[in-house]
Amino acid sequence: MPKTKITKNGVVERKLIGLADLVITAAQKAKDPTMAIPIRALSNVSFNERKGLLEMGDKKQSRSFFNVGMAKKFMQTILVADALSELQRAELTTSLREIYYRTKHTIQDSHENTFDTQDESDPIIEDLEVSLTALREELHVRAENGGSVVGPLVLGDDGDRVDCAKLGKGGYSVPSIVEPEYVEIRRCTADFVLLVEKGTQWNRLSEDKFWRRYNCVLLTGNGQPPRGVRRLARRLHEEYKLPVYVLVDNDPWGYYIYSVVKQGSINLAFESQRMAIPKAKFIGLSSADPERYELPRNVGIKLNEKDIARAKELLNYQWFQKPAWQAEIKRMLASGLKYELDALANKDFQYLTKKYLPRKLKEKDWLD
Amino acid sequence: MAKHKATATATKKSDVRPAPAVTAVEMGARQREISVSEFFTKNRHLLGFDNPRKALLTCVKEAVDNALDACEEAGILPDVTVQLEVVAVGSSPLLPASQATRFRVTVADNGPGIVRQQIPKIFAKLLYGSKFHRLRMSRGQQGIGISAAGMYGQLTTGKPVKIISRTGPKTSAHYFEVQIDTKKNEPLVHENKQIEWDQPRGTQVAIEVEGRYQKGRASVDEYLEQTSIANPHVRLTYRTPEGETKEYPRAYHELPPSPKEIKPHPYGIEFGMLLKMLQDAKSHTLSEFLASDFCRVTPALADEMCKAAKVSPKAKPRDIRGAIAETLYHTIQATKIMAPPTNCLSPIGEKAILSGLYRQIKGEFYTAVSRPPSVYRGNPFIIEAGLAFGKAPDSAAKPEKPSQPLAEGEEEEGDSELARVIRYANRVPLLYQQSSCATFKAVLATTWRNYGISQSRGALPAGPMVIFVHIASVWVPFTSESKEAIAEYDEIHKDITLALRECGRRLGLFLRRRERAASEFRRRNIFELYIEEVVEACNRLKGGKLSTEKLKAQLQKIASTKTGGIKTDETLGKTGAGPEGLPHSIIVTAEGVDGAVPSLPEGSHVIAPQTDVSGEIHKEVKKPSTKQGRKQPAKKAVGKQAKINPITVPSIATKGGSSQKQAGKVRKGSKVHLTGKKK
Repeated sequence: MPKTKITKNGVVERKLIGLADLVITAAQKAKDPTMAIPIRALSNVSFNERKGLLEMGDKKQSRSFFNVGMAKKFMQTILVADALSELQRAELTTSLREIYYRTKHTIQDSHENTFDTQDESDPIIEDLEVSLTALREELHVRAENGGSVVGPLVLGDDGDRVDCAKLGKGGYSVPSIVEPEYVEIRRCTADFVLLVEKGTQWNRLSEDKFWRRYNCVLLTGNGQPPRGVRRLARRLHEEYKLPVYVLVDNDPWGYYIYSVVKQGSINLAFESQRMAIPKAKFIGLSSADPERYELPRNVGIKLNEKDIARAKELLNYQWFQKPAWQAEIKRMLASGLKYELDALANKDFQYLTKKYLPRKLKEKDWLD
Repeated sequence: MAKHKATATATKKSDVRPAPAVTAVEMGARQREISVSEFFTKNRHLLGFDNPRKALLTCVKEAVDNALDACEEAGILPDVTVQLEVVAVGSSPLLPASQATRFRVTVADNGPGIVRQQIPKIFAKLLYGSKFHRLRMSRGQQGIGISAAGMYGQLTTGKPVKIISRTGPKTSAHYFEVQIDTKKNEPLVHENKQIEWDQPRGTQVAIEVEGRYQKGRASVDEYLEQTSIANPHVRLTYRTPEGETKEYPRAYHELPPSPKEIKPHPYGIEFGMLLKMLQDAKSHTLSEFLASDFCRVTPALADEMCKAAKVSPKAKPRDIRGAIAETLYHTIQATKIMAPPTNCLSPIGEKAILSGLYRQIKGEFYTAVSRPPSVYRGNPFIIEAGLAFGKAPDSAAKPEKPSQPLAEGEEEEGDSELARVIRYANRVPLLYQQSSCATFKAVLATTWRNYGISQSRGALPAGPMVIFVHIASVWVPFTSESKEAIAEYDEIHKDITLALRECGRRLGLFLRRRERAASEFRRRNIFELYIEEVVEACNRLKGGKLSTEKLKAQLQKIASTKTGGIKTDETLGKTGAGPEGLPHSIIVTAEGVDGAVPSLPEGSHVIAPQTDVSGEIHKEVKKPSTKQGRKQPAKKAVGKQAKINPITVPSIATKGGSSQKQAGKVRKGSKVHLTGKKK
C-alpha cells in the first residue's frame, strides 16, 4: 500500500472527528443526533449551462440516530467515519471492499452484523464524501484500477518514471487516484486525447499504433470510465490544453458515457467540478455514420425496449437539448437500430484505425 | 355388477383365441351373486386397507371409533387403551417395530360391553350395525369398519378376531374367536367361552394384521394424538410397538351431550327413498305418514302438501306411486319447511376444543369457534374450527442459537413452515386425502393475509400454526367409504369458511396487539445495541479520550424517552417478569376464556405444557358473544378467567395496565372455578 504524501490530512481527519462531536454535543443537550446529507439524485442535480457542468443542489436529507428507520445507517456512518479516520492517521489508502470488511462485525450480544453486504457500506462512503465535501482520494479510498492508457505521455508514479509510449500494446493501468500528489504528468507531447469506451477497440488502436501516427493519448475506461480515467483525461485537457474526443458505441448508453465525461454524472454531480470536461467532443459512433460509412444494415442490432426508454430519457435531459443532439438521438430511434464499434470490422479488421478515425479527424466530424 | 363381471371374463377368454362365441346360456351359468364380503375382499382399498401402513391405522381407527361410540351412547366417560405389538411371522425372530410386518392391535374400552349373541355378528359380518338406519350423530356410520378390519386380518394373517366383552361386574366376561365366511358374509365362531377378566365392564378386541408401523404423518400416533385433541373427555392410553406408553389424560370431565336420533328431513330425501318409505309406511293415511315419518312436518303442513300435490291426504301411502309420487316429491321439495332440529348433533364445543388444543399443542394463542347449526340436503351439521398459533413459550424464550455471525449471502432460517390442518368428522380425525377435503379447500380459500399471516397463492398459510376443523353431522358426506375426505357441499364450504374467518380475525387481533408491543421492544432494543457501537466508534474517533460511560448514559436516556419509557416496560411485562421482554402470555379470546383451558380439576398428574410459565395473562376483553347463550351464565362468569396456574402468578400484564388488580381477581377467580368444577 503506497504511503501518501498529502498534507491535507489534518483537515479531513478533523472533519471526520466532527461527526463524533456531533453525537457528543447532541447527547449533552439530550437531542437526537442528526446529520445532514446532500441528496445524490436527479432531483438534486442541475445543469449549469454557462459552465457546461452538472451541479449538485442544496437539498439535504437528515439522518437521525433515534429513528428506527435510520438508526442502523447512522450507526454505520459513524463506523465508516471511524475506519476512514484510522486510514488518515495511518496514512494508508484502501479499497471500498476493505472498508466493508474493516467495519463488519457482529454487534455485541446479538446476531446482527453491522454490515451484511458491501452494498450497505459503499453508499455510506459516498454520503461522507458529499457531506464532508471531501474527495474520495482525500478519504484515502481508491477504486479498482479500471482503465488503460498509451501514448506520448510520461508519468511519475511513486517515484517511478512511466513512459506510456514504451509500454507495448498493454499500456499503463490507470490508478483510481491520479491527483498530482499521487501521479505527476512529467511530459506530454500529444495533440489530443482519444477516450474509447470499449477495451477491445482500444486494443485495436493500440495494436495498430494509432497513437503514434496521429500523436494522441489513447485512453479507455472499459465501459463507464472510472474516476481515475476521467480525472486523467481532465488533467491532460486542463494542464496540456488537449482536446478530448470520445469514441463510444452508437446506443443510448454510449451517449450517456459521453455525457458523463463531458458534464459529470448524476450520482457524483459533486465531483463534476474536477472531473467533467465540458469541451469534450463526441466523435462516434454517430447514428449518421452507418449511412456515411456505408455500414450494411445487417450489422446493426435492433433497439430493445430498454434502449428506447433510455433514449427517450436522454432526449429530456437538459444537457442533450442542442439541436444536433436531438437530431442524433432521434435518428437512432427512427432507424430502430444500434451499432457497436466492433461492427466496423465488418468492412475490414483495421477499418477503425485506417479509415474511420482518419476520416472523422480529417472532416472534423464530431458533435459537441 | 355380477353381469358385468361375467362379460369381462368372457371377453378376456375370446381375446386368447377367437373361439366360438359364448352363448347366453353358458353366460347365465356363470352369473351369480357376489357377497359384500367378497366384494370388499377384492376392493379393500375402498375401506382404507390400500397399503400395510394405512391398514394398521385403519384397524386402530375402526376399533377406537367403535369403543368411543359405545361408551358415549351408554353415558360412560371413555377410558380407552390401544396396544400395538409386533408379532413374529412363522418361526422368524421378532423384528423391531419399524421393520416388522405383522402386528397385533388390541383396543380395550370401559364401555357397556356387548351382549353375547351379538358379538359374532358385530365383529364378523359386514354391514351389520346399529348406526346405519338411524339419523344420529356417531363416529361409525355404515357398520363396515370393525368387521372389515377383522376380515383384513383374516386375509393377511389367517388369524381370527379375539374379543372379550363384559356387560357388568355381575356377569361374567365372554371370550370369542370369530372369523368371517366371506362367501356368505356370516360369522364363523371358532371359540366361545366364559373367562375371568380383570375389567368390570367393557370390550376388548384384538386383531392380528399385516401392517407397517411408521411414525409421522398419517400414523397411528398422529391419529391418537388428534383423537385426543377432539375428544378431551377421553382418557387414552397408547402402548406403542416400541414398548413406550403414552398417556393422554382426560382434560374435560363432561361427556358431550348425547345426540338425539331424528327422523329424516324431507329436503334430504331422494325420490327413490321416498318411494321406499311410502311402501314401508306403517301409517294409514298419507298425511299421517308425512307427519310421522319426517321431522319438521306438522299434520297441518302435511295436509297442505297433499293439497298442493293434488293427492288426497287420506290416501294410503302404499298406493302412491308412479307419476303421483313424483309430483308429491317435487311438491315436498318446493314447500317451505323448517330446518331440521339440531339436537341430534353433539358439537365438541369451544371449551373442549380449546382444552384439547391447549393440552396437545404448544403454542401462544388458542381460539375456537362453534358455528350455529346449518343444513345441507336436509342433514343438519355444525362446523367447528380452532386454531393454535405460535411456538411453545419455553422454546421461544431461549435464543434460537448461540450468537454466530452470519456470512454474506447467508440467511437466517426463517419460519417457512406451513400451517398444519387437522380435520375431523364427528370427532374422528381424518388423515388421508387432505387436498380433496372440503375443510382443506376452505383453509386454502381463506385469505389469511388479512389476518397478518403470510400465504402464497393456492397454498396453506405459513407460520407455526395448527388449524382445526370439525364437522358434526348426522350424515357426514364423505367422498368414499374409507371416510377420508368430506365432500364439498356449498353449505358446508360456506360454514367452514365463516368459522375459519372468525378464528383468523381473532388471531389477527392477537398478532397485531403482540406486534405493537414487540415493535416498541425492538425499537428500544436496536437503539441499545447501536448505542454501544456508536459510542465505541466515537471514542476511537476522539482518540480514546472520551468518557464512554457518560455518553452512553446520555444516549440511553434519549432512547428511553423516544420509545415510550416506562410505559413500554409495562406493555412488555418487563417490570416484574423475567429478563426476556415478552411474557409467556396465554392469550385467549372471548369465547376461549371460558377457563376450560388449563384448569384441570385433577390437575395433579396432568402433563402441563407450560410448567415454568410465570403466568402472564394477556386477557382480551371483548364483549362476550351472545351465541354462547346456551351455557350457564354463572359458570361462564367464573370461567371467564384465563390461564390458571395458581401457584405462580407474579404479575399480570393487561392491555390497560391495571395489572395488580387484575392479578388478584384472576387468582381468586381460578380458585372459585376450581371448587366450582369439583362438585
